[in-house]
Amino acid sequence: MFQVADPIIRLMGLDKAFGSQAVLKGVNLDIERGKITTIIGGSGSGKSVLVKHIIGLLKPDAGQILYEGTDMVSLRPRALSEIRRNFGMLFQHSALFDSMDVEQNIAFPLEEHTKKSRREILSIVKEKLSLLELEGIERKTPSELSGGMRKRVALARAIVLNPQVIIYDEPTTGLDPIMTYNVDQMIKGAQEKLKVTSIVISHDMASTFRISDYIAMLYEGRIIEFGPPDAILSSNKEEVQRFLAASSLPPRAIVASGGEV
Amino acid sequence: MLRAVINFLDELGRIVLMFFQVLYWSFRPPFRFGLFMRSMEFVGVGSLFIIILTGSFTGAVMALQGIYAFGILEMEAMVGGSVALALARELSPVLAALMVTGRVGSSMATEIGTMRVTEQIDAMETLAVNPIQYLIVPRVWATTIMLPALCVIFTFVGMVGCYLVAVVWFQVDYGLFMAYIKSFMGSEDIINGVIKASVFGTGLSVIGCYKGYTADGGARGVGAATTTAVVLASVMIFVLDYLLTAMMF
Repeated sequence: MFQVADPIIRLMGLDKAFGSQAVLKGVNLDIERGKITTIIGGSGSGKSVLVKHIIGLLKPDAGQILYEGTDMVSLRPRALSEIRRNFGMLFQHSALFDSMDVEQNIAFPLEEHTKKSRREILSIVKEKLSLLELEGIERKTPSELSGGMRKRVALARAIVLNPQVIIYDEPTTGLDPIMTYNVDQMIKGAQEKLKVTSIVISHDMASTFRISDYIAMLYEGRIIEFGPPDAILSSNKEEVQRFLAASSLPPRAIVASGGEV
Repeated sequence: MLRAVINFLDELGRIVLMFFQVLYWSFRPPFRFGLFMRSMEFVGVGSLFIIILTGSFTGAVMALQGIYAFGILEMEAMVGGSVALALARELSPVLAALMVTGRVGSSMATEIGTMRVTEQIDAMETLAVNPIQYLIVPRVWATTIMLPALCVIFTFVGMVGCYLVAVVWFQVDYGLFMAYIKSFMGSEDIINGVIKASVFGTGLSVIGCYKGYTADGGARGVGAATTTAVVLASVMIFVLDYLLTAMMF
């Protein structure tokens, strides 16, 4: 399988079962520094479980998760908490704290982990909001925002501590095509402006081919194909071809157009 | 049947484990004073009205029943002492805890449960903030401290209700009424009641938070978590009340 040059995260032989149901069966995957890697796979293939392992919300039954060479699996909670600050995660339904307004949501990680003054915190919040073109909504609560805006606020919260890695859990699920395109632009924009490593979980093929540097396909608990988009398109694995054929958009055309629709 | 017993014991074990986690995280920085004060306000000040309402009527109805009963012996004046004793030892801690379970325990289960199913708790963990320390520790301490205070208020307004019925309405002699209260009641009755309330407060808040924290399955799951939290906490109050009474008196 394809080898990346400079992995920031390495998953080695991850196994995870819930009761008698094995979800991950020896997952091996390297995430390249500073690139967008998308993990694709059908519903229930274990994508979200995999990503929860990467950020340490779940512990594997066997295997290693190396972040910059440190095995996260064996870390004690406090050390794991330290490493987690290098990660930002954008949840499928944004997971904004609904008891707080937008400003409090974004300020939350800063108040928890830095000794910055109130004034500094507010100026950082303002800066992140303007980076994501969200000026003037500081006082709104999450329930007053549209789905797309909530995603961007959640991204602002995820990037406020300047993480090295941003994880997106199905960022375009349930959005209309225009919003999907905007979210794709948001992910690419964040990538370019912040020079971070991005991991995207998706089953939206059009979106995947628009944004990804690398694509990994998870099938029945294993990574069965991994490489740049071209390599995925020309994969001779039957499951990959079936997955591509079942997605309604012709991926080749999208790749040829350079990701524009 | 055996399965149900095992499941129940398993659940009980997890609740006790949650209690120890709360203790563990209580004594590590950062200490969240602001959240603690906000929880105190919610549990204490927020429950004040309902405690005054239920307390005064409990005292009043106890006095009414007492007057009829003691009236047979023409010893109506003893009603003050007997109601005071019943309130301080049993009724105030148990009824105040049940009222707080309905208002506060259920809201803890619902609020934390909603945060769980909408991934807000996962989000908090990914932001490297311990959800037990942030969400549960302040709530448990606030309830443990505020419920005894509510219990004392319950006893006080209960006695006011009792006074209104006995002295004002039924014309029981004020001097005798007060004399019997003083001769029947000792400070240990109030202290024991307050200790009970404190234990109930810890129990009901740990159960409410635990059920919310472990909720799953969307809106239905949160509803089920709230219901079981209230039922479990109410049963816990009666069971612990028996055990504590057996130990104390």
